[in-house]
Amino acid sequence: MKGKYVILILAIILGVLHQDFWNWDNDYNVFGFMPIGLFYHACYSLVAATLWVFAIKFAWPKDLVEWAEKDD
Amino acid sequence: MQISLIANSASATPIVVIAIYLCLLLGLAMFSKTLFRGTSTDYFVASRSIGPFMLLMSVFGTTMTAFALVGSTGKAFERGVGTYGLMASSSGLIHAACFFLIGIKLWSFGKKYGYVTQIQFFRDRFESKAIGYLLFPILVCLVIPYLLIGVIGASKTIEGLSSAKMTPKGEKPGMFPELFASYNDAVPPPLTGAIICIVVLCYIFAGGSRAAAWANTFQTIVFMVMGILAFYLISEKLGGLSAAIEQANDAHLVRTPSVGTDGGHIGVPPAMFLSYMFIPLSVGMFPHLFQHWLTARSAKSFRLTVVAHPLCIMIVWVPCVLIGLWATGKLPESTPGGAVLAKMVGILIADPVVSGLVTAGILAAIMSSLDSQFLCLGTMFTNDIVIDRYGKEKFSDKQIVKIARLFVVSIVVLTYILSIVLYKKSVFDLAVWSFSGFASLTPLVFASLYWKKCSKAGAMASIIAAVAVWLYFFGKSGWGGEYTVEAESIVSIFGEGVMPVALSFTAGLFAMIVVSSITQKPSQETIDKFFPKFG
Repeated sequence: MKGKYVILILAIILGVLHQDFWNWDNDYNVFGFMPIGLFYHACYSLVAATLWVFAIKFAWPKDLVEWAEKDD
Repeated sequence: MQISLIANSASATPIVVIAIYLCLLLGLAMFSKTLFRGTSTDYFVASRSIGPFMLLMSVFGTTMTAFALVGSTGKAFERGVGTYGLMASSSGLIHAACFFLIGIKLWSFGKKYGYVTQIQFFRDRFESKAIGYLLFPILVCLVIPYLLIGVIGASKTIEGLSSAKMTPKGEKPGMFPELFASYNDAVPPPLTGAIICIVVLCYIFAGGSRAAAWANTFQTIVFMVMGILAFYLISEKLGGLSAAIEQANDAHLVRTPSVGTDGGHIGVPPAMFLSYMFIPLSVGMFPHLFQHWLTARSAKSFRLTVVAHPLCIMIVWVPCVLIGLWATGKLPESTPGGAVLAKMVGILIADPVVSGLVTAGILAAIMSSLDSQFLCLGTMFTNDIVIDRYGKEKFSDKQIVKIARLFVVSIVVLTYILSIVLYKKSVFDLAVWSFSGFASLTPLVFASLYWKKCSKAGAMASIIAAVAVWLYFFGKSGWGGEYTVEAESIVSIFGEGVMPVALSFTAGLFAMIVVSSITQKPSQETIDKFFPKFG
């Protein structure tokens, strides 16, 4: 149960971090070819995928799934 | 080798490449037909047997439309670097959240109680047949523009590829100057629309949901690979990644709003960036996605989809956004967004085989959504109207499959006719309205799964409030144009750029909470059914 709340808090933090207002007028190119506004959000996609790895590990609805698959 | 019909025409090689791709797709569909078990459960939900990789590919392919390759490049060309954060990274978070929080629960109830449509679930959850009749026309009306975007988008893509073009050296003939002179030498849009509809119809008719999953897997791989291929070849032609970005217009490399020389909006206002986050919620209510969820063999099949979906979005969108940024230094500002990818491929690579492959990738992205939408409407008509009205016992299993096929054919014909009538309308803006409509209904599905007290009256009120607010803004937009909220009270607080979906979603949520709080809660039997106690 505790894991679910941690994942929920992390998801909310990630939602807030999506609004990267500090990058709004930053025209720096990371590695010389990728605008920072794009690089940040590409990394954001990686972090989002990582969050869902943790969600599956710590907040998987095990009871519900077992209940649904019980008659198989 | 280049194939020309006559000496004074453009090479028809790209059309040959596309024709080969469509034949391969049909071949795959015929193969998947051999796996069809002939039952209605197999036709509607592939006997709930789809494994993790095919589920990922079919769900990802279904959520990515023409927007995946064409729209992302075009929007980056118009708005700049903020496009990825606006539409892609938020989807990586929110789509996956919907799969995890809504998809797995609905799959569990679908498996336990035998549902094949959303409406069957809502009718049971809210102990009301009426909610099905209220929801059915709304869902159908929201899916139809989505279907039209696909058919019209495919026709416009082929028209742009094959038509005569004005170049600095004069007019360059199209591919078929003798055959289709009245269509500017291009493949006529009604012909393209008919071919696309027939190909999709063939495999949906033959194998239903299982064929759609196979075809979507193939098509998703094709459009992902073609996007990367276009990215690599274009960057090479521009002198490498660093040289390519140096040619881009500076105003497009930041999100700060500005106005282009032709009056177009560059950048993204903060209020738009924030309120756009409501739009990816639409996947929670897409009926065609619901049907894909139900095809999963087990809940474990969802794991790969949940984790890999943000990564797949990144693989497709980052290259396309970069191509759109590079194009700002290469193409005139007046270039329509939808034409940017084709022009960059045509001008810089100028290889008919590559043009054909990239166009095949665009068609793959379009068709991988079309098939699921056609199938889901056929499934809904059969189960939510015919079987609900006359009872399942009146029909044999084979008759149910026949009815579904008949409905699918009728919907394909209707969509085809509408695509011809509405061809000249700008339907791409309609996509955002369609997504906004589905997103506005998300409080309904979320509350039905997580709030025991959520009542029939609350559900009805939520649907009516969300749709009423959505319709109000849809009308204000001129029935489908680009629009942000103009009300002084909203603009003074949040600034310009608030998307109407933020208000229609809030209206639906508010109505759900208020009305459910003051009306009779569901029976204990229903609460026990949908909120089972474990352990």
